[in-house]
Amino acid sequence: MTGIVGTVLQVVLVAAGAPLLAGLMRQIRARAEGRAGAGVLQPWRDLRKLLRKEPITPHGTGALFRAAPLVLAGTTLVAAAVVPLVTTRSPLDGAADLFAVTALLALGTVALALAGLDTGTAFGGMGASREMVVLALVEPTILLSTFALSVRVGSTDLGAIVGSALDDPQQVVFPASLLALVALVVVVIAETGRMPVDNPSTHLELTMIHEAMVLEYAGPDLALVEWASAMRLTVLLGLLSNLFVPWGIAGDSLAALPVAVAAIGAKVAAAGAALAAAEVFMAKLRMFRVPELLAGSFVLALFAVASSFFLVAP
Amino acid sequence: MTSAAFTAALGLNLLAAVAGLVLPPRSRRAAAGAVTAAGGAAAVVAGVSAMRGGEWSVRLPDLLPLAGVQLALDPLGGLFVAVTGAVAVCAAVYGIGYTRHGGLDGRVPQVMAPVFLAAMALVPAAASVSTFLLAWELMALASLLLVVAEHRRRDEVAAAGLWYAVMTHLGMVVILAGLAGFAAAAHGESFERLRAAADGLPEWGRAAVFLAVFAGFASKAGIAPLHVWLPRAHPEAPSHVSALMSAAMVNLGVYGIVRVGFDLLGGGPAWWWLAVLAAGGGSALYGVLQAAVSSDIKRLLAYSTCENMGLVLVGVGASGLFAASGARTLSALALTAALLHVVNHAGFKTLLFLAAGSVVHATGTRDLDALGGLRTRMPATAALFGTGALMASALPLGNGFVSEWLLLQSLVHALPSGGTMTAVTMPLAVAAVALSAGLAIAAFVKAFGVGFLARARSSAAAQAREAPAPMLAGMAAAAAGCVVLALSPGLVLPSIARPVALAVPGPDAVAGPVTLRLAGLSGTVSPLLIAAFLLVAVVGLLALLRLAATRRASRRRARLWDCGAGPMSPRMEYTATSFAEPLQRVFDNVLAPETDLDVTPLKESAYLVDSVTYRTRVGDRVEHRLYRPVLAAAARVGEAARGLADGSVHRYVGYGFYAFTGLLIALAVLR
Repeated sequence: MTGIVGTVLQVVLVAAGAPLLAGLMRQIRARAEGRAGAGVLQPWRDLRKLLRKEPITPHGTGALFRAAPLVLAGTTLVAAAVVPLVTTRSPLDGAADLFAVTALLALGTVALALAGLDTGTAFGGMGASREMVVLALVEPTILLSTFALSVRVGSTDLGAIVGSALDDPQQVVFPASLLALVALVVVVIAETGRMPVDNPSTHLELTMIHEAMVLEYAGPDLALVEWASAMRLTVLLGLLSNLFVPWGIAGDSLAALPVAVAAIGAKVAAAGAALAAAEVFMAKLRMFRVPELLAGSFVLALFAVASSFFLVAP
Repeated sequence: MTSAAFTAALGLNLLAAVAGLVLPPRSRRAAAGAVTAAGGAAAVVAGVSAMRGGEWSVRLPDLLPLAGVQLALDPLGGLFVAVTGAVAVCAAVYGIGYTRHGGLDGRVPQVMAPVFLAAMALVPAAASVSTFLLAWELMALASLLLVVAEHRRRDEVAAAGLWYAVMTHLGMVVILAGLAGFAAAAHGESFERLRAAADGLPEWGRAAVFLAVFAGFASKAGIAPLHVWLPRAHPEAPSHVSALMSAAMVNLGVYGIVRVGFDLLGGGPAWWWLAVLAAGGGSALYGVLQAAVSSDIKRLLAYSTCENMGLVLVGVGASGLFAASGARTLSALALTAALLHVVNHAGFKTLLFLAAGSVVHATGTRDLDALGGLRTRMPATAALFGTGALMASALPLGNGFVSEWLLLQSLVHALPSGGTMTAVTMPLAVAAVALSAGLAIAAFVKAFGVGFLARARSSAAAQAREAPAPMLAGMAAAAAGCVVLALSPGLVLPSIARPVALAVPGPDAVAGPVTLRLAGLSGTVSPLLIAAFLLVAVVGLLALLRLAATRRASRRRARLWDCGAGPMSPRMEYTATSFAEPLQRVFDNVLAPETDLDVTPLKESAYLVDSVTYRTRVGDRVEHRLYRPVLAAAARVGEAARGLADGSVHRYVGYGFYAFTGLLIALAVLR
């Protein structure tokens, strides 16, 4: 019961809270730069505005272009239902583990990249090409970090990893976990297109990655893409914080759910705030410096796996 | 059941060959194709029945002089016969439409296709060394004749055929040497004898046999650095033959390694399997990198075969490694993953090569840079290729995802139980699998996105016509098989458990009809549920969007964003080469692309540019660095030896005299 209610809660929470997170991060950035900012609710207002606009089909695009935002948002919603955000007892937990969740998110990215290619503009192709490079290079880090986290539990099941950290809080400060944390932070930054890998607010051809792919979207389609991107960030930040700071997540008792909702809200808001604050001080890397960053995170993940064996094994 | 079906499969293929030989050209294609497809179906029945326990063996001592023929179909052989049969059904039906043009309805291609299939069914059914080698050689020769079928139309075909002929025969030589040595030591050549004698062999003898056959079989499976023939021969062959080679023939290399390594030799020390794992991981990475930067659609698919066979060998190597350290559950899991990947790869590679064949058929080019926009001209082919690309990318909803998930699980679970060697190897293996999965996504996004989406980049692509019905039927059959494998792998996993149990005795590694559960380990995944959730989410979103979007009048068409500079021409689209350029730059050191930049200035001033020519080519670096020097040295030796033969008969008589005298002296001294 807790599982079902918790799963519904976390999907609703991600769906409703994602634009708020985006608004919070923009607001923090604005304040740090000395601007007043548009307020935390601005992304929701933007979405409302976009949804009221007329749907547009650019010339020469096909069904895939129209379906891609749906696939992107759909994969994110499924990921939001499967990962342990509010409860570790999700009835859907058995359907997908950490490997499957990352592959699911990759499916959404691929849909968007194909939509970018489908437009036939140079921007679309450029964005798709760059996004695929980032995706391909991030993959080893994700899987190795997963590996490092799974060693202490003997499973890649997300509920099991989070549950085991709850039972034995000491694990979180083991070198394997800390190294994996750093590697995964880089992964989340790269996957969600934040600084220094991609600048979410740029429209300069030389630097765009994500924005170049979605340049042709307008109206309700663009609303879906923006909403899905915010949800991805929320899900990944929520997952990251629960993997390393699991406290507050609900187990079996129904009464723990309100606390769990508040806890995950606070954790994601804190993580988002930290990310936004850090971005103020960062410049975007050159496209061909990004592989160096990703290679660095890969090495950290490799250290994480090695230390999970050599430093912990009896 | 097994016996009748297998005999029927061979008989039908023979019949198809005869039909191809005697019938007039008009009725030849349909008759031979239909009978070949029926033979393939019979092979599927035989293989499945053998996998379900209907083992069968027969000795035909009079069929061949000296050794006779021994056949036996056990679950392991059955799996490969069934896969070959399934690929054959799709390719044969497709071939009815495909071989209509281009001289492919001639006698040689029509006769050789069923002969090739019969040989591929015989290889896993062979139960003695001589039968095995005979079937192996028949397979090589039949496929060689098929590869060069179009040699009159394109110049590259002859070179591809030469590479293939030489490599396959070098492979044959080492397999022959390995198995002949094994048979001599075992005092008998039937597989039963070899199995019984394997334990009595000295350690170095077993290692020599294993290494020799491993080299030969790895070459057949397209494992780097022995893969050089594959990206030449598979693209140049007619597309239905490419499908047969890439989806069925390369599997037999894996079969050979599993048969000899696990079954006949009964496993081996850890270092054998470490070598297999390293070769597999290296091949996966090298293959997928080349696929990611290739702009020839069939060459891309051929390199993807190198990658996938590499992944299979990672599974096989890990399985042997775990078995050597006594971890039977893990070993069974890794081998299950490897064999499931063989099945999955056969499915999607058949589909992809057939769909690529349709593209070549319709446009006459394999160059992705000249394609594009095919989704409007050939919607069915585009949808089928897209399905295949999804299956090959190891993303959820694809069948490659399931087997790669199992493979990763077997590697991840090895760490707590294994020693230091596993702790060092497994993270690297996981990283190799992960990087190849990521690059495969990039490669297939490129193949599908550039080849089929957007607008046509050449007039040939703009005037493409949809493939005829038999071709679509063959592709649809392959696609249906892939979808079944992707959504409910639980249907085939119990059948794969029996061949696995033959190699690694133990209980089933994976169980569950909808949600796959690892036996004895913690880990679950449910492809069907993921697909169902995704469907629910997308339908729910669509409904929500209908409600939320207030102006849902019909969609308005609008200009693309062209910076206000007028309509964009197809020349401004991203091409496959430009799509792969960032990857090529990142992996510059591995790929070593050759780039030529030629700037011609105007006559009036050196500062005004008249024209710029830019050419870039990514060759096969292994071929350049490893094979070319050897070939050049061989050519030099040959050149030098020509000096010995200057056409003078006196000199030749002299050579004979001195050689004979030398021999006599040697005999006199030695005896």
